[in-house]
Amino acid sequence: MKISFRLNEKMIEIETAPDRRVIDLLREDLGITGTKEGCGSGECGACTVLIDGVSKLSCLMLAAQLEGRSITTIEGLVQDGKLHPVQKAFVSHGAVQCGFCSPGMVMSAVDLLQRNPLPGRQEIRRAVSGNLCRCTGYQKIIDAIQSAAKELD
Amino acid sequence: MTEALAPIGTVLTRSDASAKVQGCEKYAADYYPQGMLWAGVKRSAYAHAKILRIETSKAVEVTGVAAVLTSGDIRGSNRVGVPEMDQPVLADDKVRCKGDPVVLVLAENKKALELALEKIEIDYEVLPAVFDPREALKPDAPLLYEQRPGKNLLLSGTLERGNGAASLKDCKFVVEGRFKLPWQEHAYLETEAGVAGINSEGILEITASTQTPFRDRNELSHALGLPADKIRVTAPYLGGAFGGKDGITVQGLLGLGAMHSGDRPVKMWTSREESFLSSTKRHPAELHYRLGCTQDGILLAMTCEVVLDTGAYAALGGAVLAMVLEHAAGVYRIPNVFIEGFCVYTNNSVASAFRGFGAPQGLAGIEQMIDLLADEAGIDALKFRLKNAVNRGDTTGSGVLMSNSTGIISCLKKVQRHPLWINRQDWVNNAPAFKKRGVGTAAGMQGTGYGPVILDIANAKTELLPDGRFRIYSGVADMGQGNNPTNIHIAGEILNQAPKDFELLQPDTGSCLPSGSSSASRTTFSFGNALIGACKNLKERILTRACNLMMGAYFENLLLARGKVLDMTSGREISLQAIASSMTEQERISIFSYIAPAAKHPESVNSEIRFLGFPHRIFSFACHLALVEIDELSGEIEVCDYLACTDAGRILNPQIYEQQIHGGIVQGMGYVLWEDFRIHNGDVLCRNLATYILPTAVDIPDLQSLAVETEETGPFGMKGVGEIGINLPYPAISNAVAQALGRRIYEGPLTAERVLKCLNSNPTGGKSED
Repeated sequence: MKISFRLNEKMIEIETAPDRRVIDLLREDLGITGTKEGCGSGECGACTVLIDGVSKLSCLMLAAQLEGRSITTIEGLVQDGKLHPVQKAFVSHGAVQCGFCSPGMVMSAVDLLQRNPLPGRQEIRRAVSGNLCRCTGYQKIIDAIQSAAKELD
Repeated sequence: MTEALAPIGTVLTRSDASAKVQGCEKYAADYYPQGMLWAGVKRSAYAHAKILRIETSKAVEVTGVAAVLTSGDIRGSNRVGVPEMDQPVLADDKVRCKGDPVVLVLAENKKALELALEKIEIDYEVLPAVFDPREALKPDAPLLYEQRPGKNLLLSGTLERGNGAASLKDCKFVVEGRFKLPWQEHAYLETEAGVAGINSEGILEITASTQTPFRDRNELSHALGLPADKIRVTAPYLGGAFGGKDGITVQGLLGLGAMHSGDRPVKMWTSREESFLSSTKRHPAELHYRLGCTQDGILLAMTCEVVLDTGAYAALGGAVLAMVLEHAAGVYRIPNVFIEGFCVYTNNSVASAFRGFGAPQGLAGIEQMIDLLADEAGIDALKFRLKNAVNRGDTTGSGVLMSNSTGIISCLKKVQRHPLWINRQDWVNNAPAFKKRGVGTAAGMQGTGYGPVILDIANAKTELLPDGRFRIYSGVADMGQGNNPTNIHIAGEILNQAPKDFELLQPDTGSCLPSGSSSASRTTFSFGNALIGACKNLKERILTRACNLMMGAYFENLLLARGKVLDMTSGREISLQAIASSMTEQERISIFSYIAPAAKHPESVNSEIRFLGFPHRIFSFACHLALVEIDELSGEIEVCDYLACTDAGRILNPQIYEQQIHGGIVQGMGYVLWEDFRIHNGDVLCRNLATYILPTAVDIPDLQSLAVETEETGPFGMKGVGEIGINLPYPAISNAVAQALGRRIYEGPLTAERVLKCLNSNPTGGKSED
């Protein structure tokens, strides 16, 4: 089927099978590989994207569900060549090690700060508890999100 | 960040972070070469079986299938593994565990691949299997390798000091403990992945998520029957590894596929389930200790028996056993010791390297024993450790001479002075209703590098580029620990250039130089030292050439500054670009080899144990403190506070240092509290992240990290910090839990279920049980 949706602010029209997973559509068909897959079953959060501004797991979504929606991936966060404040804070606070969870983690953080501009540490911990990170122990990620919240506020 | 120089010892934000956080860093899993085929394997359905017949014709007929390959298609030895080459790329005569790869399929898309894999028929003759390492050592046990003289015993070894076990009778206090430690799965976020193809010059090119690109090339040459110079392996940044990619994962399958793909590139990326099924794990261990001390709490005697289940293939199992033995007596002077270890083949999943590499198992044992004995002797747990801990020049109970920087006593004292320790009793006494609180501590070390026999060599290569910038050819893969950003930090310090003046080439057997594995807390220690040498030579060459070009300038008056050389007396300058353009390529490239110091052990030790790494020379040290609260109704353990005091030498970059400490601690918390990787009769029962529980952001407290910076011979005085953090959460938290419960749980992980069982079996609390 043909579906059309907005991808990182750009209208896209693409021919695809309706049951194609969104993550495959992104990575394999559209060639944007910033969105990662860590489990394929909604347990790790590495594939988190924003659909109409709300965080969703692209490994659990099918292409047909994108029709008429707006999807933001990690590639869509950079504006005019500048990192999003959350991305900047991840870099400066040392929240990135292997980095494979980072895109999903950043998307979850962006989603949180849209809903709750000044979250406490526990609220941040809860908000990213669906995003697994095997390297950092999370502390610097929490620091980064807290700092980005202050910057955005 | 500005482009200012960040001196060693200060925070330099990681040069890899920006690309990673934008999603534009390409991992092995992110390569989708034009015209590629998907590769996948049919894995064994049995833990131990003879392969009688493989029927592939129905699979070949599936639309979109390009090739169906079996061991018969392999030209070489079809064996990989280090140091023993015993693991087939594709099983030939028999399978030795569930998950063994048997048939490789190449297909246009994942659907065709899946369908073809289903249509492969394999006839097996099921053989008796063995799943318990003690059973596997019995004379009538089924044999995994019929021809092996040692039968199912991969390796055994003993360490003896003084009168060994006989001295236990001279002790005033003796305690005994039997510990059962679980499997642990690495669960890196990027599962095994890579792409391969044959280029126009006939070279097999493999890009894979690997800690060991150079070793892989050698093993692939052997297994696939290609000369090593016809194979090129590149290792982009890894999406985590922790030892799980210390060796071949999909590389053999990719290479084989590319050799039979009709010149098309091949990609393989395991699903999470396949990764859990086929990847290596941390060795489950059984430890049986007796430990005794004098009236005054001076350790006198210890015995320890270790049994490791290494699963179906050797992998690095022998070397892990050597590390367990080396760390089994911890950081203590114990004059009379008998330690005996067995690493045993079974038909379970393969166990191999995992951060800590055996040290976490040894320390989980000895550090719980120390608490049991301190309790028995009526001495405070930290005082007891301080009485017995090694100084530089002392020998540990395992017979390891502490010849180099030894900061364990400073670590212990720092924890002893910390408010969390000083105020511990108040905190315990203030437990809310239905909660029990406990405070536990543990101390330990981590050996660095390869040990006395296998040289730990790194070969650094760096280049002054024609435009006056510099290139570093990394020889060691970066699995996330940040050794490659650190290389830029180090080279920037020596060459006095800003991070932006460098480009870094990820390990590539085609252009970089072999520098060993990304493992053993050695990457920055060894490669960093080599890089310092290469940069110093290059600097001298640049300044010498500047003398040639700036007539009348003297070497000692020249300063290598950012992008230029400055004559401090005359104020004249010459750009690095001008200097570079006066050089041949050969002159612009600098190479330096470094060999890490190794111990020359005076006592007689089993030569195989020595070969596999015993003993080490350089150690990092730490003391950890855990405060836990147990919910009496649910059995859940909450770690409320956690403190680590670490001696990993001088700190090059406080941010990366903390990253390693935090990450190690949390992985260690997973090991002791939640990560229950279940394998029953060879069947992997944990197949996803819903049943294998990793720590999440809500499960852990903010961690505190203190440093003791002894000076060592790594770059700028550093020691390895990659592993030491994971070694102590197991015993520190176990000790805290034992204090809270009034008794000890000897089998890990300490799940809520086990805690509840313990609480219910003895609701009033009481002394420890066995």
